[in-house]
Amino acid sequence: MNTELLGVIATYLLTLVIAIPLGRYLAKVFAGERVWTDFLKPVEAGIFKLAGINTKEEMDWKQAMKALLTINLVWLIYGFFVLIYQDKLPLNPDGNPGMSPDLSFNTIISFVVNCNLQHYSGESGVTYLTQHFVLMFLQFVSTATGIAAAVIFFKAFRDRTTSKLGNFWDFFVKSITRLLLPLSILVGLILAFNGTPTSYDGKDQYISVQGDTVNVSRGPAAGFIAIKHLGTNGGGWFGANSTHPLENPNYLTGVVELVSQCIIPFALVITFGYFIRRRKLSWMIFGVMTIGMLLLLVPMLQSELGGNPALAKLGISQQTGAMEGKEVRFGPAISAYWSTMTTIISTGSVNNMHDSTMPMSGTWQLLGMMINSFFGGCGVGLLNYFIYLIIAVFISGLMVGRTPEFLGHKVEAREVKIAALITLLSPFLILAGTAVASYVFTAHGEAAWAVQPKSWLNNPGFHGFSEMLYEMTSSNANNGSGFEGLGDNNVFWNVSTGIVLMFGRFLPIIGPIAIAGLLGAKKYIPESEGTLKTDTLTFSLMTLAVIIVLNALSYFPALTLGPLAEYFTMLK
Amino acid sequence: MKKYILQSIRLTAVLLILLCVIYPVILAAAGRFSKGEGGGEKVISKGKVVGYALIGQSFTDPRYFWGRPSAVGYNAAGSAGSNKGPSNEDYLKQVADRIDTLQKYNPGLKKADIPADMVTASGSGLDPAISPQGAIIQIKRVASYRKLDESKVAELVAAHTSGPLWGLFGPSTVSVLQLNLALDQLSQTAANQHQ
Repeated sequence: MNTELLGVIATYLLTLVIAIPLGRYLAKVFAGERVWTDFLKPVEAGIFKLAGINTKEEMDWKQAMKALLTINLVWLIYGFFVLIYQDKLPLNPDGNPGMSPDLSFNTIISFVVNCNLQHYSGESGVTYLTQHFVLMFLQFVSTATGIAAAVIFFKAFRDRTTSKLGNFWDFFVKSITRLLLPLSILVGLILAFNGTPTSYDGKDQYISVQGDTVNVSRGPAAGFIAIKHLGTNGGGWFGANSTHPLENPNYLTGVVELVSQCIIPFALVITFGYFIRRRKLSWMIFGVMTIGMLLLLVPMLQSELGGNPALAKLGISQQTGAMEGKEVRFGPAISAYWSTMTTIISTGSVNNMHDSTMPMSGTWQLLGMMINSFFGGCGVGLLNYFIYLIIAVFISGLMVGRTPEFLGHKVEAREVKIAALITLLSPFLILAGTAVASYVFTAHGEAAWAVQPKSWLNNPGFHGFSEMLYEMTSSNANNGSGFEGLGDNNVFWNVSTGIVLMFGRFLPIIGPIAIAGLLGAKKYIPESEGTLKTDTLTFSLMTLAVIIVLNALSYFPALTLGPLAEYFTMLK
Repeated sequence: MKKYILQSIRLTAVLLILLCVIYPVILAAAGRFSKGEGGGEKVISKGKVVGYALIGQSFTDPRYFWGRPSAVGYNAAGSAGSNKGPSNEDYLKQVADRIDTLQKYNPGLKKADIPADMVTASGSGLDPAISPQGAIIQIKRVASYRKLDESKVAELVAAHTSGPLWGLFGPSTVSVLQLNLALDQLSQTAANQHQ
């Protein structure tokens, strides 16, 4: 077995070894049971006191959503202005300029919604103050928002009939104090001792061995990179994200960053089972997600390890695989693994440039984001999966002629309508967005924007179309990776993706929580012979089939115009 | 509703202090004890800083081992990949030119021996490493330009090849900067012996 593949397997196993106990721990934390981190209680009590919050007040699903949306709005307004005026604020040793309003609009939404689509470059577009007080802050709190939303959702199914779903603030703050902050300190320290900078010093200058004068961007990056992965945020300190040698110094840090972006989404599936006392159901969900992951990972490994057929024609050796956009210290195998995880989990950080990956890899990356529920982002991945699950309950119910039920609650017209709307939302945003972009590109190439539409694309033909499709897909999935050749810092992309980002975040949170809230408040029907069981192998495969069919129907035509067309023309 | 607004603002303020002041300051304090004291590890040669250990730099002189092509010309105040798609005609021509250049400077080099990393741009544009094969194909050139024994240079390459992590995981790499500094040292020693 070669060492590169062995590295991939070891990374995956390490993820499981950490995620499974972490899931059990989180279930206890959110259920208020005794855990070893209870020594932090006074810190939390202090935070709640200063914020004027009484965590004993239970909320129903509407109140929880109001609290969630209110605090997100506060962050939007705060961050928008700080980014615009960052040049006039302290901690700007490199003298970087303030953001234009449209770029600030895009950036702030993108970080509030846990996406981290970056239309600026970390070295020149932001200051140390905004990196920390806006972007890193949002990386923590947007993740905690997602986790707290998931716990509210769990609460609806813990008791037989309930409309009290706990206190949103309580779950939100505990996600930070009991999970994100301690783990970030640990990961940040590992990065710091492997070479990632932590000091507030600005750019450095030196004369290279050959006599060139070189400037080096630096800054307190280690803490930022830790939460960027743990929170499935993905926004990089430097422009080149985790391909940058200071952001991801060596193979070990590559493994650490990979493991840290996967553990919370993996763990939360386990948490769900422990929390609602239905462990079999959560293992079934875990199984479907794992099959989905493998269905994308194995062919991606194959296409990257096979190398670029066009370069093979030039006669060079691609012993280890395709290398354009990749770093030698990682190699193609773990890069393909990273590309799979970062797209299914909605992190969006990259250790290799997706624009330069093989056409079929691009297809798998896009599909990972379109499906967006094979583990998915912190908290929200499970909510996305739940929508597919409700559709599967509905369809199976019709097939066997029984009233659809989920965990003892009747699934009726209202819930199915919400689920159907949320299912339709993604293809609408992605396809309509890409269609508008393509229209502007072809019909208004000369529009006088910061980047003229005719110069948007870094690659001609089918691949150029893929660049636009990828950008919209990434925005809707709140992923944040890109085919970075796209010239996206202009008013069209900043505003259009900003809108897609917002809908792609909040509706898929509100929808599932509304369904859960409605279901949880309904009368509990004990299981009988006539109940459609949702924790069986058959039902799990049914859910997988629903996921595959829905996504194939929605996206196959668009994929055919982009990466699939490129793949088939390269076969010639 | 008004209650939520006030709570949101107060909670945000408290968390800003915890997450944006206390947290990074803890890391900055701990980072002082790392190799580069938190500012990135510097490489010093003859008393001068000649680079950063982790950041690749441009080598174009045939007397040095070359690194990978870079989309940003190894300018470490920025970072980026080429973002060229795999079927882009201009890109394929660029790669063909790189192959020609390598063959011109390394006479007798067969195309089939050129590893992909030597003719493709890295993701960051600052890749500090090349594959062992990428160094091996340059040994002959470097030795002849420096009038050094080929076997001596080959030994140097072997000594600067890092294997997989713990011998088990990931690829082998050669740090171009470290190798070239050792090479300068070797030339120096050889020159001293001749005197």
